[in-house]
Amino acid sequence: MDTPDNSGHFGRFGGRYVSETLMPALLELEQAYHHFRNEKGFQEEYAYYLRQYVGRPNPLYFAEKLSRKMGGAKIYLKREDLNHTGAHKVNNTIGQGLLAKRMGKKKVIAETGAGQHGVATATVAALFGMECEVFMGVEDIRRQSLNVFRMKLLGAKVTPVSSGTATLKDAMNEAMRQWVTHVDDTFYIIGTVAGPHPYPVMVRDFQAIIGQEARAQHLEAEGRLPDYLVAAVGGGSNAIGLFHPFVKDESVQMIGVEAAGYGIDSGRHAAPLSAGSVGVLHGNKTYLLQDEFGQIAHAHSISAGLDYPGVGPEHSYLKEIGRASYVSVTDDEALDAFQVLTREEGIIPALESSHAVAHALRLAPTLSANESIVVCLSGRGDKDIHTVADVMGVQL
Amino acid sequence: MSRIADRFAALKARGEKGLVTFVTAGDPDLAGTEQVVLELEKAGADLIELGVPFSDPMADGPTIQLSSDRALAAGTTLPGILEMVARLRTRTQIPIVLMGYFNPIFAYGPERFARDAAQSGVDALLVVDLPPEEAAELKEHTDRCGLDLIFLLTPTSDASRVDSVARQGSGFIYYVSVTGVTGARTAVADTLADRVTEVRNALDLPLVVGFGISTPEQAGQVARVADGVVVGSALVKFFEKYQGEELLRELSSFVSALKQGVLQGTQK
Repeated sequence: MDTPDNSGHFGRFGGRYVSETLMPALLELEQAYHHFRNEKGFQEEYAYYLRQYVGRPNPLYFAEKLSRKMGGAKIYLKREDLNHTGAHKVNNTIGQGLLAKRMGKKKVIAETGAGQHGVATATVAALFGMECEVFMGVEDIRRQSLNVFRMKLLGAKVTPVSSGTATLKDAMNEAMRQWVTHVDDTFYIIGTVAGPHPYPVMVRDFQAIIGQEARAQHLEAEGRLPDYLVAAVGGGSNAIGLFHPFVKDESVQMIGVEAAGYGIDSGRHAAPLSAGSVGVLHGNKTYLLQDEFGQIAHAHSISAGLDYPGVGPEHSYLKEIGRASYVSVTDDEALDAFQVLTREEGIIPALESSHAVAHALRLAPTLSANESIVVCLSGRGDKDIHTVADVMGVQL
Repeated sequence: MSRIADRFAALKARGEKGLVTFVTAGDPDLAGTEQVVLELEKAGADLIELGVPFSDPMADGPTIQLSSDRALAAGTTLPGILEMVARLRTRTQIPIVLMGYFNPIFAYGPERFARDAAQSGVDALLVVDLPPEEAAELKEHTDRCGLDLIFLLTPTSDASRVDSVARQGSGFIYYVSVTGVTGARTAVADTLADRVTEVRNALDLPLVVGFGISTPEQAGQVARVADGVVVGSALVKFFEKYQGEELLRELSSFVSALKQGVLQGTQK
C-alpha cells in the first residue's frame, strides 16, 4: 500500500488544507524530511537517542496474571509508558527535534492536550538547546497541572488558550496562528498523525518504532504474529505507530479504540470514526465531529489526550478500506480498566491507554488461549492521578 | 463581464483604486449585516467581503475570532448567508465575495454550494485554507457556475507559487501583507510597496492587499501600489462597541475616511 501519495493524500483523506502563508513552509519541511529520513547520519542519531535517552527498546510485557483473570487470549502490553517522559510522544519529538536542528530552526512550538506531547517537546528543546513554547487549552491546564509544571521546569513557556472549547483543538488553532506569524524561524512540532502533509506521514514514521519492536518481540516470544493489535485513538499517533509495521500482515486484526465519553448516544464523546462524518480541519480531510453546517462540535473525554474532534487521516483511510476497525470505550469503562490493570499487574496506565486496555479486557475472554492481543500501553498514569481521585471522590 | 471585473474596470477608467470592506456575516445577526452592507456601499466601499463564520478560524486574529463566535452564537449558517445575499441583490449590485474556511462549504457540498451561491448573487469565494493544490474539488464547480475563486499570495510565496496562483485565480488576487493572522497593525511594512509592485507585475488580474490595514493613512499608502485595499479587523472592531443606528453611523464615517485615504493615496 503506497500511502500517502505525493501530495499527502490517503485515498480521499489527508492533504494540505492550509493558508498560503504556510504552504512554502510545508513544502520546505516535506523536502527536508524526505532528504533526512533516508540519510544514514540522521537515522543513526535518531536511533542513538531512542536507545540511550528514551530507553528503547521497551518491553513487550506478557500480562500473565491479567490474562489468566480474563480467561482467554494472552494479553501483551507494549510498554511505551516506560519511555523517558512517560509516553510514546517522545519517539516523535526526538525525530522532529533532530529535523528542526538540521533545518537550522532555533524555536519550536507545540500544541498539547494531556500535556504528554508538550512535556516531550519541552524535553527535546532542553536537550537540543532550543527555545520552546507550548500551547495548551485552559481546561487542560486545569486537569493536567502536573504536566504544566513539568514543562515549565524544562524551560518551556506554556501559553494558555481560552478560545473555543479551551482544549486540544483550540491549542492546535493557536499553535497554527503562532506558526503562521513566525514561520521563518520556528519549527512546529505536531504531536499526532494529523495536521497538513507531511505531518501525518512524518509522525507515523517516527512512531512506527512501536510496531517494529512489538512485531519482532512477539515473534520472538510466540514464534508467530499476534492476532490483534489494540490501541487508543485520539489523533491516533500511538495507534498508527503500532499498526503501521503490521499493515501488510493480513492475519493481524487492528483495532483502534476511540473515547466514547459519556456514551456515543449521549452525543458527548470524542469518537469521530465511530460517530462522525468527513470534513476538513487542521489542514487535512478526515472524520470529524461536526454539525450539519460544518461547524466543529465539542469533543468530550475524561482523557485530555483523546479529547479531540478529529483523527489522523490515515485512520480514516484504514477504516474506509476495512484494514482496521474502530470501536469505542466510555469514560467509566476506561476508569474501570485503569483500576483493573493497576490492581492486577501493578501498572498504572494513562487514561488514554486505559481505553485500549478496556477494549482488550472485553476482547480477551471471547478468544482462545492460543490467541494473543498486543495492547499499546501508550503512557503511564501519574499525570491522571488527580482526575481519577476526583472521580473516586478522594481528596488528595 | 462579472460584477467584479466590471467594478475594477470602472475604477481603472476613473484612475481610482478599490476599497474592499470585510465584515462577518451574521455579526450581530444577518438582518444587521444586510443593513451594514448597504451602509458600507453608501459610505464608499467598492467591494464587500462577507466572512462566513467558522468554529475554528485558524488564520484569524482575536478580533475576527470573536466576531465569528458572535455570528455563530446568533445562529448564522451558510444557507442563511446565501438567503441574505439574495435579499441584498434586490437592492444593490455591489460585488460580494464570501470569505471563509473550507469545511462549511464541504459540508454543504461543493457542487450544490457553487450553484446556490451563484444563484443568490454571490460573485466570488475566497477560501482561506484551500490553496491551489487542494482547490480542484471546488474550482470545477465555481468555474461552471461563473463564480470567481480568489486565491491568496503572501510574503512567503515564491515565484513558482505566484505563477500557479496567477494561472488558477480569477476575479482578483488577494495579497496578504503580513506573515501572520488577520488583525490591525500599527504600521505597514516598508518592504510592502516593492513586493506588491513585483507581484502585481506578474499578474493579469487586479491585486488587492489586505491584513493589518487599519487607518485611512495606511489605506492610502497601500492604494498607491495595489488595485485595491482590504480593511477587515479595524471595521469588525466597531461591532464590539456599537449596535443598531450607532453602529451604522460609526461604520459609515470610518469607511468614508478610509475611502478618502484611498483616493488621496491614488492621486499622489
